[in-house]
Amino acid sequence: MSGWIGALFLRELRLSVRVGGGALIGVLFFLAVITVIPFGVGPDLNLLALIGPAVLWIGALLATLLGLDRLFQADRDDGSLDLMLMAGRPLELLVLVKCAAHWLGTGLPLVLAAPVLSIFLNLEPLAVGALTLTLLAGTPALTLIGAIGAALTVSLRRGGLLLAVLVIPFSIPVLIFGVSAAGAVTREPAPFLTPFLFLCALSLIALVVGPVASALALRFSSD
Amino acid sequence: MDCLLIEVRRACDAEKTRVVGRLVRFPKPFRIAMRLVADTLACDRGGRRVFSDLSLSLASGHALVVRGPNGVGKSSLLRVIAGLVQPAAGQLAVENGLPEHSVGEHCHYFGHQDALKPAMTVLENLTFWTRFVQPAPLPGEPASVTPEAALDHLGILHTAHLPAAYLSAGQRRRLSLARLMVTLRPIWLLDEPTSALDSASEATLTGLMRDHLAAGGMILAATHQDLDLPDVASLRLERAA
Repeated sequence: MSGWIGALFLRELRLSVRVGGGALIGVLFFLAVITVIPFGVGPDLNLLALIGPAVLWIGALLATLLGLDRLFQADRDDGSLDLMLMAGRPLELLVLVKCAAHWLGTGLPLVLAAPVLSIFLNLEPLAVGALTLTLLAGTPALTLIGAIGAALTVSLRRGGLLLAVLVIPFSIPVLIFGVSAAGAVTREPAPFLTPFLFLCALSLIALVVGPVASALALRFSSD
Repeated sequence: MDCLLIEVRRACDAEKTRVVGRLVRFPKPFRIAMRLVADTLACDRGGRRVFSDLSLSLASGHALVVRGPNGVGKSSLLRVIAGLVQPAAGQLAVENGLPEHSVGEHCHYFGHQDALKPAMTVLENLTFWTRFVQPAPLPGEPASVTPEAALDHLGILHTAHLPAAYLSAGQRRRLSLARLMVTLRPIWLLDEPTSALDSASEATLTGLMRDHLAAGGMILAATHQDLDLPDVASLRLERAA
């Protein structure tokens, strides 16, 4: 039972870190976005600290979207997806394993890079901790919601743009609660825990809805 | 019914394809024979009817070669049986197969695409499919083959630790073929199996197909080549006038 899950997870992870894989693309894009912000906004340290959590969250959202279009399309292009559909494994679980490996390859590097990049935006240590925690809780939701878009656009050439248009509206709640939790630490009266728990709830909902909806879309995509 | 029966009904209305087949009789060599049964299948691709009213029944140990001009629906038939295209009408079943498993989950599909990842080594590619694809039993209960033995049999063991990107077209094809050896499944759906293979590899493929039939497997092959197999019947798809 667990043999195939391990095999799939290892394969996805290998593919993401090897030549042509997308593991580094996301984090490099994240780096590029965050480093240009201080140059664009100007050297107002208070302003940077104020918009910092939002900028980091938007950067993480865009960086996550960047690699998602190949999540299923790479397998469709070389015929692997056909064989996966015939393999006799639960498709929902297959999607979940692929998302987990994708998050480990592209989402987790963003979380780890965020504290370093926070320095560019003059965040306080406490705010850095809160931001990292919210990204850790929220980026899985972005990957899982994005997987639905990736499954829906799997048969489209250059479906990346459509993917972004489909996924961004559903990512907005994650962004709202993520930013409000991350920013709450510096703005004293605002609570941290309430938006953070909402963020965790969104991730848990995405954990259920994402694989089921993606599997449904993949079943109809095969033709 | 101890025969391989290809039952053919002609599509009567102005559909694109009609099916012409023949009846062949063979003894049934297996105690518990499996049987792939398709009943009045129809397939639509892109809003057009490709074939309709196609019925066939293929028993353990038999092969069926699907022939016909390009674009007549040979690949579509294989993809319908594989479960990759939903049939517009008709039923598909595997008798004496695994219960609660679809027909596609009894099949190996060997199509035009090799399903190989260039960034992974030959052995990593094959080991993944070995562990990932769920096997289904064959009546003859043959022993399964390790990935290394399969590569050795196909003459590409020396490339085992090379990234698949460096393989030639024929070697990619052979690696893809190795997938059929490492996981046992009763039905092989082969779409142009001999393309890009040299004559030696073709002979190896024929040997594999013979072994598979001897173990109680079934083969459906869409090809223009003649296959040197015992117990082979042919199904010809033709364009309706």
